[in-house]
Amino acid sequence: MKDTGQYLEGIRTELGHAQAAERRNGGPPGATPRPLIELQHVYLAFDQPVLVDLSMAVYEGETLLVLGESGQGKSTILKLILRLLAPDAGTVSIFGHEITHLSFEEVLEFRRKIGMVFQNAALFDSLTVFDNVAYPLRENTDLSEREIARVVREKLEFVDLDPERDMAKLPAELSGGMRKRVGVARAIATDPEVILYDEPTAGLDPLAVQTITDLIKKLQREKGVTSVLVTHDLRAGFRVASRVNLLREGHIVFRGTPEEMVASNDPYVRAFLNAS
Amino acid sequence: MADGIVARVDERMREAALGVYEYFALAWRALRFSFSRPFYWRDLLVQMDRLGAGSIPIVLITGVFSGAVLALQSSIELSAYGATSFLGSLVGDSMVQEIGPVLTGLGIAGRAGSGIAAEIGSMRITEQIDALQTFGTDPIRKLVTPRLLACLIMVPAATIIMDVIGIVGGLMIATSSGMPADQFLRSMWSTFAYGGFLFGYFPKDFVPGIVKPIAFGGVIAITGSYYGLAAAGGAESVGAATTRTVVVASVLIFALDYFLAQLLMVLFGPQAAM
Ligand SMILES: Nc1ncnc2c1ncn2[C@@H]1O[C@H](COP(=O)(O)OP(=O)(O)O)[C@@H](O)[C@H]1O
Ligand SMILES: [Mg+2]
Repeated sequence: MKDTGQYLEGIRTELGHAQAAERRNGGPPGATPRPLIELQHVYLAFDQPVLVDLSMAVYEGETLLVLGESGQGKSTILKLILRLLAPDAGTVSIFGHEITHLSFEEVLEFRRKIGMVFQNAALFDSLTVFDNVAYPLRENTDLSEREIARVVREKLEFVDLDPERDMAKLPAELSGGMRKRVGVARAIATDPEVILYDEPTAGLDPLAVQTITDLIKKLQREKGVTSVLVTHDLRAGFRVASRVNLLREGHIVFRGTPEEMVASNDPYVRAFLNAS
Repeated sequence: MADGIVARVDERMREAALGVYEYFALAWRALRFSFSRPFYWRDLLVQMDRLGAGSIPIVLITGVFSGAVLALQSSIELSAYGATSFLGSLVGDSMVQEIGPVLTGLGIAGRAGSGIAAEIGSMRITEQIDALQTFGTDPIRKLVTPRLLACLIMVPAATIIMDVIGIVGGLMIATSSGMPADQFLRSMWSTFAYGGFLFGYFPKDFVPGIVKPIAFGGVIAITGSYYGLAAAGGAESVGAATTRTVVVASVLIFALDYFLAQLLMVLFGPQAAM
């Protein structure tokens, strides 16, 4: 375990980032009470119960950080929001529409406004970088190939990739950090209002972590997107989060700002912070 | 204790039944998607190309040797009865109706079936299939339908090549042991002609030779896709999916071979399904 003083200093540095992020986001969620995404009393079990009476909401313009140890169901929450999974009980709503009892196809219309950055980028490994980013445009828009090429270039430049150099590469030829950035470019290809990130910094070297967190902040700042970040990497999370939910044993055990989390006396919160 | 075993067997049976149901549901959906839009033409062409290119070497090598050994063994047997003149008919009929379809099916199950399972399985565990869905793509439509159609087209095509190569292999053995080539071919053709014709010119003997590989193609594509889609967890689950695909597809090919032979015999008479 780390020396407490040293650890607190680290957290404070991250908090500086978090406060700045919050100011950019236009204040705490109280100012904009409309939840874009809402899960209410959700239960979901695979072989074992994973989510147990989970309720959470994501508000317009915020960057919600969902923290939790591995295997606690963070990815599962994102899959519920995308309607890749359906809850056993409880409701999931996106953009004011309850999607719990809709089929995957019926949800598509609302879902188009949500972009997802998968844990290991989940790039289509048989397609080039260009075709990966173009994929959602070809599937979901009527853009001509010329317009698609323009959008793909723009998105690749946004994530600091050089279209000329990287466009024709296959995912296998890219580093982990580059793959993740292509994943972001693909997720934002259709200009979603909400972006979900699954462990965006896992497995990356410190420099690449910096690049990705900068990118998440740039998306908040320049595109005003609402973001949900699920991760066990508290440090990277605090750099961008305006609000934190801590997931444990299937439901949220702490809700608050990063500052409130650091100030909390809850034993599990303290243990989680100390272990990070 | 006994109760536990009963419950466990019960559970197994239910899972197996569910598995069979899902297998057919997958086949049905994949087939239905071939007749509706969007249809992924490019994926179909890529799969056909891969299947063809990947299978040709196996088909050529297996074909020539199995035709040759068939001729070799049969000529010994036939000569014991002074019936070597039937060599062509025996090699031709066995190759077209039985050996061509089954060996092509097994070869492609090992080569392409395992490939389908590996490819779809690794897409599953790296969340590429989830990614497809988030973009509104039905993974069955995008991944399974093109592979199914490619197999339905290419396995029969490869079987025809196998038949021809096998007959050439048999012919080589026959001529090398002194039988004139035209006697071999004439004997073969007379058997086909004796079996009768469909629509005036399609030998009934060729019916199982076409029907079987179509069925085998379906089995290969659906089995590979089924186990690929069912992969969950790490890389080892992809390995398990490929092994299962080869084993299950091979067993199904042998079983179907028998049942189709029976069925075709009922439909077209014994000539058509030796
Ligand atoms: N498709 C699935 N089938 C069975 N179990 C699953 C499936 N997906 C997730 N799980 C289980 O659910 C739990 C939560 O998984 P996940 O949401 O991936 O956790 P996290 O992202 O927090 O690490 C884990 O125990 C995992 O093994
Ligand atoms: Mg996860």
